[in-house]
Amino acid sequence: MREGLSGPSIYLAIRLMYIESDEKVAIQCYHCGDPCENELIRFDAKDFCCGGCKAVYELFQETELKEIYDRRNEFAKRSNQFDFLSNATIADELLYFKSETHNRVKLYLPSIHCSSCIYLLENLHRLDDGVIKVTVNFVKKKADILYKPDRLSLHDLANLLGSIGYAPNFTRADGAKKDRSEGDGGLSIKLGVAAFCFGNIMLLSFPEYLGFDSQLDEKYGVFFSWLNIILALPVLLYSSIDYFKSAIAGLSRRFVNIDVPIVVGIITLFLRSVYEVLSEAGPGYFDSLAGLVFFLLVGKWFQSKTYQNLSFERDYKSYFPLAILKRQGIEEISTPIDLLEKDDTVIIRNGEIIPADGILSSGTAKIDYSFVTGESRPVHVNADQVIYAGGRQLGQRIELKLLKKSSQSYLTNLWNSQAFKEESDGHTKLLVNQISKYFTGVVLTTAILSFTFWAFHDSTMMWQSFTAVLIVACPCALALSAPFTNGNVLRWLGKANLYLKGSDVVERLSIIDTVVFDKTGTLTSSAESRLNYSGYDLSHIECAVVKKMTSNSTHPLSQKIHDSIAADISVELHDFVERPGKGLFAKYGTTSFKLGSAKWVGNDNVDSANQDGVYLSADGKVKGVYRFQNAYRDGLSQLTKKLGAYKMVILSGDNDRERENLTGIFGDKVEMKFNQSPEDKMNYIAELKNEGKSVMMLGDGLNDAGALKRSDIGLAVTEDIAAFSPACDGILLGSKLTYLSRFLRYLNIARNIVVASFIISFAYNIVGISLAVSGALTPVSAAILMPLSSISVVLFATLSSNYFAKTLNIV
Amino acid sequence: MSVIFILILISMVVGGSFLGLFIWASRSGQFDDTVTPSIRMLFDDQKRRRQNEKLK
Repeated sequence: MREGLSGPSIYLAIRLMYIESDEKVAIQCYHCGDPCENELIRFDAKDFCCGGCKAVYELFQETELKEIYDRRNEFAKRSNQFDFLSNATIADELLYFKSETHNRVKLYLPSIHCSSCIYLLENLHRLDDGVIKVTVNFVKKKADILYKPDRLSLHDLANLLGSIGYAPNFTRADGAKKDRSEGDGGLSIKLGVAAFCFGNIMLLSFPEYLGFDSQLDEKYGVFFSWLNIILALPVLLYSSIDYFKSAIAGLSRRFVNIDVPIVVGIITLFLRSVYEVLSEAGPGYFDSLAGLVFFLLVGKWFQSKTYQNLSFERDYKSYFPLAILKRQGIEEISTPIDLLEKDDTVIIRNGEIIPADGILSSGTAKIDYSFVTGESRPVHVNADQVIYAGGRQLGQRIELKLLKKSSQSYLTNLWNSQAFKEESDGHTKLLVNQISKYFTGVVLTTAILSFTFWAFHDSTMMWQSFTAVLIVACPCALALSAPFTNGNVLRWLGKANLYLKGSDVVERLSIIDTVVFDKTGTLTSSAESRLNYSGYDLSHIECAVVKKMTSNSTHPLSQKIHDSIAADISVELHDFVERPGKGLFAKYGTTSFKLGSAKWVGNDNVDSANQDGVYLSADGKVKGVYRFQNAYRDGLSQLTKKLGAYKMVILSGDNDRERENLTGIFGDKVEMKFNQSPEDKMNYIAELKNEGKSVMMLGDGLNDAGALKRSDIGLAVTEDIAAFSPACDGILLGSKLTYLSRFLRYLNIARNIVVASFIISFAYNIVGISLAVSGALTPVSAAILMPLSSISVVLFATLSSNYFAKTLNIV
Repeated sequence: MSVIFILILISMVVGGSFLGLFIWASRSGQFDDTVTPSIRMLFDDQKRRRQNEKLK
C-alpha cells in the first residue's frame, strides 16, 4: 500500500521547484504542490488538497521519509562538496561512456531507500532537461544516468542530485573503474543451455527407456542418438567448462579437488556414449551426462545467490574521498588523493575525511575517528599535533601539512602488509576437497581392479565395467551436499542479521576454536553511551538549571545531558551564551553557571588523561563532571559462559583502565590485551594461527582491518548493515552479537549435516559401483540413479538445515 | 511415420529459439535487477490514475 501511496508524493519535489518560480497561485497543497481548488484540508498547520495527500503526509511523518520535505534546502549550505568534479581528469575517470552528446555515469546514491526515491530519480529529466534517462537499481542503490554533457556537467549533476536529497557518494574505488562487468559470469546462461539440452536429451532418450522393438524404430534410434550427440556437445564444451578449468587449476597445484572426479566422470560419460553410438551398441548415457551437469550447475547457482547489496571487499580506498582541496600559493585546487605528496598543504572541510597523516597547521580540530576505532566520541586536536588518516573533521575547515603520502599513512600502511597480498588457501581446506582426494583414489582403484578382474574372466566386459565405475561414481551428490547445506545455512543466518560473504565461509566458520573480540564498537555499542555524573550532589534547582541550559544548545553532548536529567521544575535563566568548542554560560538569579570543557569552567588542574567530560561550575566553583562511557552490550556474560569451549581473547587499542570492568563481565578465563596498534592486532592473530588455532576475529573499525583479514574468519560488527565496514568474511549486526553462541552451534550442526549428506551419497555410490563392477549398469539405471541420489541429498540437506534453524531459534 | 524426423527438427528449432531468447535476455541484463522493475511498474498505474482523474 505504501508504494502505491507514496508515488505521487514525489511530485512535491518536482512540482515545488517549478511552482516556486510561478507567480502567486491559490493555496498549494503541502504534499503534491497542486493548487487546492475543490477542497482544503488543514492538518498539522499545513494545507492539503485532498485526503490522499494528507494520508501520505501522515505516513511520511511516521517514518524517516519526512526528510524529503526538509532536505531540499539543507543542501544549498554545503554545495561546494562536489567541487572536485570540476577537475576534468577526475570526472572522466568516473564516466562509463563519454561522447559529445551523451555521457553515462553510474552513481552510488546511499539515500535511496524507498519506492518514492526511484520515482523521483527516474523522473529527474523533468527537473533538468540535461538529463536524458535515469535507471535506478534499488538493491544496489545505484543510478545509471545518461545525460547531455553540453547541457549539464558531472559537477552540476552531482549538485542537482544533492539538492533533492540524493547526494552521490564518490569514493576512490569508483575511480578505478571497477565493477564494469556485472552479473554472474554467464552462470545463468550455462545453466539455461544445460537445462535445454538435458530436457531434450531426456525426451529423445525416452523411447529407449521403453525399448525399441521393430525395425522401423531402430531407424529412429540412430537418429535420436545422433541428435543426442549434438545436444550433448554444448553441455560438454560450454556448460561444464568451469569444472574443467577448476580441475586443471587444482591439478597444476598438485591438488585433487572435487572437480577432478567430476571431470573424469564427464569425459568418460561422453567418450563411452559416443563409442556406443558409433558402434551401434546402444544409446549411450547422454541423459546422465546432461543431467549431471545440470544438477551441478543448479547447485552452483544456488550457492552464488548471496548478498549483492553488501560489499565485503571494501578497503580504505572505497572510503576515502576521490579528491581533496590542496593549497597552492593562495589558490585551492582539487587534487586526486593519489597525487598528494609529503609536505603538501591540504584543506579539510566539515565532514571530510583526512586522506593522509598530517600536522594541524593552526587552530583546533575535532576529529571523529569512529570509522577507524569504533569510538564515537570526537577527539580534540590542537595546532602542531598529528592527525591520522581516516578521521573525519567535524566543525570548521582546517589546514593540514601532510607528513606522508596517503598510501603510506599509519592506517593505510596496513594494506601494504603481506596479509592483503596473499591469496587465501581456504579453498583447499574445504571438507569436500579433503574428501575428494581419497574419493578419487578409491574410485580409480575400484575401476582398475574391476578392469583387471574382467580382463581375466570376460575381456568384452573389461572396458565396459571400467567406464561404468567412473561414470556412476561421479560425485554429483557429493558435490551438491555442501553447496545446498551451506547455501541454506547462509540464508538462515542472513535472516538472523549475520551476513556471510559466501557459502564456503559457512564451512570455515564451523571449525573455528578461538574467538577474538575488539573492544570499542564491538563489545561496546557506539549507538548507546551511558552518562555518568560524578562530583557534589546537585540540588533540584541546579538540575533544573543544567536542563534549561542544555536545552538551548544543539551540541550533541548538551542534548544527551538534557535527556538524562529529569527535572520537574522550570527555571528562568538570563545572559545565556554558547561558545562553540568551549561551553555554555548562563545566570540564574545572581549565580553564574558554566557548563563545558575543563578549561571553560576554570578547572586547570586536572591531568590531561581525565580532561574529557563536561564540567559544571557555579560561581567559579567546580561542582562535578558528566562523563560518557560506552555501554557494554547486554548479555555478554551469558555469551561468555556459552562460548566456554572456545578460547577467547579481547584486543583493545585503548589503555587498560577498563580491565576490571571487562573481568567483571567476562571472568578471568578471557585473555585481554590492551594498547594494541592495528599491526599488533594483526600480528597477534598471526601468532594464534601459527599455534595451530583456527581464529575468528570480530571487529568493527578500519584499525581491525588487518586482523580481520589475517584471521580465518573476520566478522565486521556494525550498528547499521549498510554503513561502512572493512573487508571481511561476514557482517554481523551489533545487537545480534550475543546470538553468537547460537550461530556457532548451528554451524556445527550444519557441518554434521554436510557429513551426513556425504554418507547418503556414498551409499548411493556403493550401490551404483556394485552394479557397475558386475557389468549390470544400463543407461536406464544410470539415468535413474544419478538424479535420484542428487535429489535425495538436496532434499535432506535443505530440510534438515531448515529444521535445526527453527529448533535452535536462531532468528 | 517419417514425418517424425521433420517434427523433431522443427521442435528443436522452436526450442532452440527460446533458448536463444533466454540467452539474449540474460546478456542484455534483464535479470540483473529483479527488484526495481517490480516497484517501477506500480508508478505507471499511478500516472494513469492521475490522468484519469483529470479527465473526469
